[in-house]
Amino acid sequence: MIEEVGTSTDGDLIINIGPQHPSTHGVLHLVVTLNGETVKKVEPHLGYIHRSIEKMCESLSYRQFIYVTSRMDYLSSHINNLGCAHAVEKGLQVEIPERAQVIRVLMSELTRLASHQLWWGAMAMDIGAITPFFHAFREREMINDIMEETCGARLTMNYMVPGGVMYDLHPDFQKKVKEFVQFFRSKFDEYDELLTGNVIFQARTKNVGIISKEDAISYGCTGPVARAAGVSCDVRKLFPYDVYGKLQFDEVLMEAGDSFARYQVRMGEMRQSLSIIDQLIDNIPEGEFQAKTKAVLKLPKGEYYSIVETARGELGVYIISEGGMTPYRIKFRSPGFSNLSALDHMARGSKIGDLVAIMGTLDLVIPDIDR
Amino acid sequence: MSFIKEYIRTVYRAVSSLLKGMKLTGYYFTHHKEIITQNYPENRDTLNLPERFRGEVVLTHNEDNEHRCTGCTACELACPNGTIKIITQFDVNEEGKKKKALNTFIYHLELCTMCNLCIVACPTDAIKMAQNFEHSVYDRSKLTKTLNAPGSKLMEGVE
Amino acid sequence: MLSIESITGSIQDFLFANLPGFFAVLVQFALVGIFVISLFAVLGLVLVFMERKVSAYMQIRVGPNRVGFKGTAQTLADTLKLVLKEGLTPIGADKFLFNLAPFVVMIGAMLLMAPIPFARNVQIWDVNIGVLYISAISSIAVIGILMAGWASNNKYSLLGAMRSGAQIVSYELSAGLSIIAIVILSGSLQLSEIIASQENGWWIFKGHVPALIAFVIFIIAVTAETNRAPFDMAEAESELTAGFHTEYSGMRFALFFLAEYVNIFIACAIGATLFLGGWLPFHIGSWTAFNHIMDYIPSSIWFMGKTFFLIFIIMWFRWTFPRLRIDQLLNLEWKYLLPISLINVLIMTIIAILGWHF
Repeated sequence: MIEEVGTSTDGDLIINIGPQHPSTHGVLHLVVTLNGETVKKVEPHLGYIHRSIEKMCESLSYRQFIYVTSRMDYLSSHINNLGCAHAVEKGLQVEIPERAQVIRVLMSELTRLASHQLWWGAMAMDIGAITPFFHAFREREMINDIMEETCGARLTMNYMVPGGVMYDLHPDFQKKVKEFVQFFRSKFDEYDELLTGNVIFQARTKNVGIISKEDAISYGCTGPVARAAGVSCDVRKLFPYDVYGKLQFDEVLMEAGDSFARYQVRMGEMRQSLSIIDQLIDNIPEGEFQAKTKAVLKLPKGEYYSIVETARGELGVYIISEGGMTPYRIKFRSPGFSNLSALDHMARGSKIGDLVAIMGTLDLVIPDIDR
Repeated sequence: MSFIKEYIRTVYRAVSSLLKGMKLTGYYFTHHKEIITQNYPENRDTLNLPERFRGEVVLTHNEDNEHRCTGCTACELACPNGTIKIITQFDVNEEGKKKKALNTFIYHLELCTMCNLCIVACPTDAIKMAQNFEHSVYDRSKLTKTLNAPGSKLMEGVE
Repeated sequence: MLSIESITGSIQDFLFANLPGFFAVLVQFALVGIFVISLFAVLGLVLVFMERKVSAYMQIRVGPNRVGFKGTAQTLADTLKLVLKEGLTPIGADKFLFNLAPFVVMIGAMLLMAPIPFARNVQIWDVNIGVLYISAISSIAVIGILMAGWASNNKYSLLGAMRSGAQIVSYELSAGLSIIAIVILSGSLQLSEIIASQENGWWIFKGHVPALIAFVIFIIAVTAETNRAPFDMAEAESELTAGFHTEYSGMRFALFFLAEYVNIFIACAIGATLFLGGWLPFHIGSWTAFNHIMDYIPSSIWFMGKTFFLIFIIMWFRWTFPRLRIDQLLNLEWKYLLPISLINVLIMTIIAILGWHF
């Protein structure tokens, strides 16, 4: 239960960070036990933005429920939708056209870039530098414009449908993406100048919030948090979906497991995403963008599970079908939840300022954790 | 001696990394052309929203006040939020046969999430997404809209 | 030539010609009070606007541009909003201290205006221990901050106030030592005499490398003393929401806000006076024509120009750097700045004794 405001019995200061707090990125509530400035215990409390998305999905048809999942991890909504579409497609046994697969991968990588850019700015803001936030948004805005043109929306696109994608690409898509990639490459050094090389930033993140390989595995961490600790867990590499198997890219791995390693993993992933986009943008095959599916989708009785790599880690979508128009039960395995559970382990013994820095590098999206 | 050398090297590295950042912000401070802010209400006329941008659902009418909606309620079924409510009526044509037709197309903008599923579901391309995004009103009831214009009827040849 | 000196001189002549001496002095007191309060308000408005514009351009934004001419009235509108807002007092707060704290901070800032030479012969109080007075009074602000943190009955406020206490006490040392370096060079604690000693060149140029080091340390230390990023431990927006003024609202918050900016102004004014020659114009050795042109610019503009240049540098810091952690902040002071400034003072003493400076 939530402890009453006050000091605990052994004279420690208990402080409630959140649910309204500038650096919890949403409505996360942390009950932090402090000894002076030193963090003794962190207890995350959830439930402030629980919208019962899983329950909602049970009453929606297989076409309808995908759009709701955009509202979970709103920063990588394309990839959420993709995971759901994959699970449905597994049940339907449809073959996805090559063009749709390439479009899906391109969109996923653009989303990943946009998400990492926002993370970069928001994390810098947690550490106290405000300017990087606006510089990150300059590039993110270009991605949003590309999304707006092709998918019709900027954040919750609902572009992935069972069998492919909703629309074909906009005629300007290739040109715009190439422009963006060129622009982003030219600005990427500025990211390093402004933040990565900065001595204050390095002092704030190095040797802070360390998690070992074993602990990362036992907490179930995925994504950049686990890869920073040396756990190879990139779904795109291990269980390739769509056209990822045919692409050349590296899984960025670090050993240190501290905040700076997490930072470097994400910066490396941005470079990898750019190279994936480079490989695909001139090689979009012609053909259908959507496989032919029935108007009313019905999944055969059974259980279907699919995993995708979102910007935060591994998203699992688990559908139980009773053969009807709507799923019997849906369960999402969100990456943020497991990553958040490691926060206490990482933050113990560090200063309160570091707690915020660690939260920043975990890249939490609270609606994804709470659903 | 090596201790002092190391000390000075640390200080030098730290200061140069800080100056690098200051050089960048200094560059943006002096180069106002790099500013990306758009002055929103002023640039309303030049605001070019892409064709596919989802602002609100509209029922397209031609010059003769005819729409293409047959009242098949495919959009109503496709909508995940119950945003669309279609009230149908039965028209009697010249041959004396009863035919289902649209009476009122009610659209709850306050419930709409712009997921585009209704547009995809529509078999006659009667509805589409408009680019208008300035939806704020003082009274919530104003967001419940009737999309078919008064006196409008079904376009010839749309089944 | 129209200068502030002639205006104040004519006011003085007029008052003493028409009033008995005692009343004339009394009227002068009132005038000075009004001057300080209005300067306080004007500085707050100008500096907040400046900060917004500086931050906006560094962040590739436009900044305030709606209210008034090109947004210049934005801060006025914001102040009006703050004045009209309700000033809440938390239930558990120590009401007396809670209400007193902003005034302590503000009065501390106002007192510091007294010895600052704004222009040639324009100084409210040319006290002969000016530098000592400044060092002493500038520590009062921390009492106000601690008061605010304690009285708010809020843990964020308390943490912020504790941080601020540790920080200001530490950084006062190196700020003081870098000021002492100049005092050693000029041989006086009186600000007017320190300026007079820079008649033939500013100390930052005359004092070789040690003066430059003292200047850099001074800028870092006053950034920390005024609780500005990257040393804004006391506020630490992303950690402690707003630190010591979390619970303050309305006009009392505005007073803290104003005091912060006025403190920056004063710190930079002192820096300009000690290192950059105060209201003295920029002269180059024997370039007589150039020096005459420089002389033609009023002394008040020289003073303001130098001060605002230093303020701009401090703002530049804020909008570029991430925040330090509290232990790193204290490490920086005790492990780097304090030893460096101690050695610096030693070198400076040798230079002063041997007369190596120009």
